[in-house]
Amino acid sequence: MPDTGVIHDIGYQRYEGPRLGRGYAARSLYVHGIRSAYGLGRSAWAKVLPMGVLAFASMASLILVVINTQLPTQVIDYVGIASTFTYAATVFVAVVAPELVSVDLRSNLLQLYLSRPLRKSDYALTKLASLATATFLLFAIPMLIMFLGMAFNTDSGIGGVLDEVGGFAQGLVAAAIHAALLSALGLPLASLSGRRVFASGMIIALFLLTTPISGALQAFGNGALADLGGLMDPSSLLNGVDQWLFGPGIGIVRTGDFGAVYGLVTVALIALGTYLLVLRYKKVKS
Amino acid sequence: MPLIETTALQKRYDNKVTALADLTVAIEPGVVGLVGVNGAGKSTLIKLALGLLEPTGGRIRVLGLDPVADGDRVRARVGYMPEHDCLPPDMIAAEFVTHMARVSGLPKAMARERASETLRHVGLYEERYRRIGGYSTGMKQRVKLAQALVHDPELLLLDEPTNGLDPAGRRAMLDLVHRIGTDFGISVVVCSHLLGEIERICTSLVAIDAGRLLRSATLDSMTQARDLLMVEVDEDAEALAAALVSQGLEVRTDNRVLYVRIEDSSTDGDVYDKIRDAVADLDLPLHRIERQRHQVADLFREVANA
Repeated sequence: MPDTGVIHDIGYQRYEGPRLGRGYAARSLYVHGIRSAYGLGRSAWAKVLPMGVLAFASMASLILVVINTQLPTQVIDYVGIASTFTYAATVFVAVVAPELVSVDLRSNLLQLYLSRPLRKSDYALTKLASLATATFLLFAIPMLIMFLGMAFNTDSGIGGVLDEVGGFAQGLVAAAIHAALLSALGLPLASLSGRRVFASGMIIALFLLTTPISGALQAFGNGALADLGGLMDPSSLLNGVDQWLFGPGIGIVRTGDFGAVYGLVTVALIALGTYLLVLRYKKVKS
Repeated sequence: MPLIETTALQKRYDNKVTALADLTVAIEPGVVGLVGVNGAGKSTLIKLALGLLEPTGGRIRVLGLDPVADGDRVRARVGYMPEHDCLPPDMIAAEFVTHMARVSGLPKAMARERASETLRHVGLYEERYRRIGGYSTGMKQRVKLAQALVHDPELLLLDEPTNGLDPAGRRAMLDLVHRIGTDFGISVVVCSHLLGEIERICTSLVAIDAGRLLRSATLDSMTQARDLLMVEVDEDAEALAAALVSQGLEVRTDNRVLYVRIEDSSTDGDVYDKIRDAVADLDLPLHRIERQRHQVADLFREVANA
C-alpha cells in the first residue's frame, strides 16, 4: 500500500478526446478576437480605450433616454444613435483593428495560427467578423440601454413597447451596417502594418482626410454633385444609408434622390474591403 | 511509415533564390536531428511539411498525407515551434496556451486542462499565471514548446529550440526534447546548426547543405562505423602519421592531433598497441590518447569536404 497523501507524477498523458476542425478553430479565434477587442484577458491599459468608448456611449444613451422622455417628441431615436455615434465608432475601430491584426504580425503570432488547422482566409475573415461584432456591440449596447429606458417609460402600454421594439430592430440593422463598413475599411488598413501606431494612424487618416473633401463637395457643389458628395467619406456615407433605409432622422448629409447609390456604394465598399483583406493574407509570408 | 518523405523536393523563392534543390529523404519516427548551416534549407523544409509553403517541384508527404492538399489534417496532427519569438506579450501564459489548444481543435475544458498540464511538463508552474511579456528568454522558449505540444501531436517540429539560451538553459531544453521523444512517445524533428549539441539526444540525423541531402542515417550506424581515436603528440606528428599509415591504419592529421580510425571494437586493443609501439619507436612525447566523443560532427565535415 502506498502512503496516502503522496502526489504521484502520472507522467505524460496522450490526448484521446475529440479534435474539432477548422470551424471550431475559427470560432475560438472569433471569440478570442471579440474579447481582446475590449481588452478582456489583456492588461488593464488595454481595456481603457475600448471600455471607455463603450461607457461613454452608454452614458450618452442614458442621457438621451432622459431627454427623450422629458420632451414631447423624441430627439434622437435608435437609428439616430447609429448615425451620431459613428465618430466614436471610428475611434474604436482605429484602436481595436491594430490590436486584432497588427499585434499578430509584429509578434509573429500569425505564424502559430497558420501552423494550425486554420487557413489564411479563415484567419482574415474571422478577424473581420470579430472586429465587426465588437463594433456592433458598441452601437447595440447603448441602443439596448435606450430600449430598456424607453420601454419602461412608455405611457401607451404594450403598444408603446412594441413601437420601441420596432425602432430597436431598425437600430440594430443600422448598427450592423455601420459595423460592417467601418470594419471592412479599417481592418485591411491595419493589416498593412505591424506597428500599432501606424495602423491606427492610417485608419484615422482615412476617416479624417476624406471628411473635408466630402464636406467641400456638399457645400460648394450644386445639384447632383452636392447630393453625391457624402459618398466621399465613411461617416456621411453611412448617414446617407440610414436616411435611405429609415427615413430622414438625423440628416447630416443631403442625399437627394440618390439614397440607393449610397446603399450600393456601401455594399461595394464592404465587399471590396473584405476581398482586399483576404488577398493581403494570401500573400503573407509564412 | 516515414514521418516525412520527400522525393526530388524543390523550393525556389520568387524563381530566384533556391532554398531546396532536389531533396530526397525519408525521416523515420524517433528523435531526428535536422542539421545544416544557417540557410541550408532547414526552416524551408519544415514550412513545406506544414503546408505553409508550396513546393516548386517534387513531392512531400507528412504522416502519409499531402500537406498542400490536406493541410488542415496535417496541421491538426503536427506541432510546430518556430525559431523566432512568436508570443503575444500582454497575454497570460496559461490563457495563451489554452487559446492555442482551442485553435488546434480541443474542446474548451480539455484545452484548459491540457494547457496547465503541458506547461507543467515543460517546467512552468506558478509562473504560468504571469504575463508572457515579463518572461525570460528561457521561459518564453518553454511557452513556445508548450503551445506546440498542447494538442498532443504525433509529430513535433522544433526549429532551433535552443536559440538564445545560456548553456544551462540549452541543456535543460535538450533534456526536455529528449524526454518528449522517449517518455512521451512523440516523434520529434529538431533543427539545429549545432550538431554537437543535438547528437546527444537524437536517434537519427539528417544533414542538409545548400538545399540538398548531405547524409541521413541512424546515430547507431554512424558511430559504430566510425569510431576515432584522438592521438596528440607534442612534436613530429607527421612522422607518427606516416608510421601508422604504414601499419595499415587510416589516419587524418589536424595540426599536432591525429585521428585514427577504428574499424570495430574487436580489434581495438590492436590499434592501441600499434599506436603505443609507433610512439615508442619514434621516441615522441605522447600528450594524450582518447576516444573521440564528437565524431559525428567530424563525419559530416568529411562528407562536406569530399
